[in-house]
Amino acid sequence: MKFDLNEDQKMMQKIARDFAEKEVAHGVEERDEKECFSRPLYDAMAGLGLAGICFPEEYGGADGDVLSYILAVEEISKADAGLAVALSATVSLCAWPIFAYGTEEQKQKYLRPLAEGTKMGTFGLTEPNAGTDAASQQTVAVLDDDHYVINGSKIFITNGGEAEINIVFAMTDKSKGVKGITAFILEKGMPGFTFGKKEHKMGIRSSQTMELIFQDVRVPVSQMLGKVGEGFKIAMTTLDGGRIGVAAQAVGIAQAAMEASIKYSKERVQFGKPISANQGISFMIADMATKVDASRLLTYRAAALKDAGKPYSKEAAMAKLFASDSAMEVTVDAVQVFGGYGYSREYPVERMMRDAKICQIYEGTNQVQRMVIGGAMLR
Amino acid sequence: MEIVVCVKQVPDTTEVKIDPVKNTLIREGVPSIVNPFDKIAVEVALQQREKHGGRVRVISMGPPQASDALKECLAMGADEAILISDRAFGGADTLATAYALSTSIEKMGPVDLILCGKQAIDGDTAQVGPGIAENLGMPQITYAAKIEINGDTVKVDREHDDGYEVMECKMPVMVTVVKSIAEPRFPTVKGTMKANRTQIPVWTAADIGADEKRIGMPGSPTQVRRIFTPTQRSQGQLIQEETAQQSVAKLMQLLGDAKII
Repeated sequence: MKFDLNEDQKMMQKIARDFAEKEVAHGVEERDEKECFSRPLYDAMAGLGLAGICFPEEYGGADGDVLSYILAVEEISKADAGLAVALSATVSLCAWPIFAYGTEEQKQKYLRPLAEGTKMGTFGLTEPNAGTDAASQQTVAVLDDDHYVINGSKIFITNGGEAEINIVFAMTDKSKGVKGITAFILEKGMPGFTFGKKEHKMGIRSSQTMELIFQDVRVPVSQMLGKVGEGFKIAMTTLDGGRIGVAAQAVGIAQAAMEASIKYSKERVQFGKPISANQGISFMIADMATKVDASRLLTYRAAALKDAGKPYSKEAAMAKLFASDSAMEVTVDAVQVFGGYGYSREYPVERMMRDAKICQIYEGTNQVQRMVIGGAMLR
Repeated sequence: MEIVVCVKQVPDTTEVKIDPVKNTLIREGVPSIVNPFDKIAVEVALQQREKHGGRVRVISMGPPQASDALKECLAMGADEAILISDRAFGGADTLATAYALSTSIEKMGPVDLILCGKQAIDGDTAQVGPGIAENLGMPQITYAAKIEINGDTVKVDREHDDGYEVMECKMPVMVTVVKSIAEPRFPTVKGTMKANRTQIPVWTAADIGADEKRIGMPGSPTQVRRIFTPTQRSQGQLIQEETAQQSVAKLMQLLGDAKII
């Protein structure tokens, strides 16, 4: 069991870290304040190849491994968790299912631009009445000759409105329940495919979250992803991998919060000494460090299993569950370390705390993660 | 167009720490980086290659770990890298370094443009680039803030404190660059993976046919005796009485006491 990163992984981490420190860190407060997603910044990030790390060269990727990609997500998250989720939603939730289930034409047409960074992606599963109960899809797709006609809507879609390539799940046969859901690839600009309201969120405000609306959208059969009725399986396996990305995001957020706390605690002097000299503070830092490291190791382990082609569903759920809960605890404590200043928007930790919360919710709530882990343990 | 860029791996001295006892730079725990000015030189080379075609080769004289710096340049997009490394090069001052590098460049075949950073952030001498040009009998233009190539003519805006001097020269020429000329690009994922798989050739003193008396310590007429932070000169005495007349009176008195007037 090796705990060291190899040369490729170290350099990948460095590329992402340098980019995050030099380009992403600037303006993150403004992007958060103004709730604005920066496409030019995403383009610069993806232009380095960060969106194509783990896909084969024949599809525009770099033939790297999942762990290298996860390292990149973690580094970007340290600077801007919203930009990181824009990346992970595109790569883990949109590009990956096309890679895993797409035809050769679909991979060249859709996976390539996603990997090369020229296009962004979404994963359209969640509906107003279908969150954890994802099987209750009300968006329908009706076969009409060589097209499917799609009607319905999706909410809380990361990158919605920006992304050119959208994976959309719809009910093609209600009588079959879960096995009646099919996945489709929709392109922005298709007639009838519009966007609804932009969500005003607690955190990850530099990421754009929007409603997708389908009114008689005609999608050619060639843009069905996978087989009829395979949609639910595609959604679930995609989310398995997406969880590792969310775990990495949580690790990055927590790491940044901890580093900020350490720095502040050494500088802030009360009672004639830095507050770090007090065990109350140093014990909090110790707990932060332990949680962050444990989260990191669970996350890297899940990525390594995926790279080895071994089953990783339970381990990915554990990583997401633990890392997100830890990130919430670490960021709350970070605000505490900063005291009154931590509550002020002039300091970064309150944003990190607001950003961390979503990690416990999306891509399967932590309650769902417990269902996955419990299910695996009690089989 | 054949471009050669000289790079040096240096400690990241943006976080300069001087050992208070030994008066030397503390190098442990300090990460090594590509000298920032050299990275800018690589960027300029890549931009010129994009405009005019050709080949960008990077060369460095250093210990084996300097190949990490060369890998970073390859990851940015340089075509080839060569490491000049030999125990015999150790302890070289700028004269010996310039000799080793110019001798190596001669072995690389005809070159149109040699690019160097204006200076290394650890040595700060700014002498090696000009030394290379002299050894190769090549013209040199230093402190380039802007560069334009037309055919075989190089036009450079040289940066001075109070303005720019525009110079023109036919290739081959050695040019050193300043910070404002370009922002170095980030290495890409693909570039990085390709760089990691590249075996960088290592040339020894024998490989380049160096005269052993002109390299390393034997070839270094200068030696570094001490590196120290200069002691802060005292501010002098501030005379700040209630009124200007009182200050002048006090000053006159002090000057008189000191027998200056």
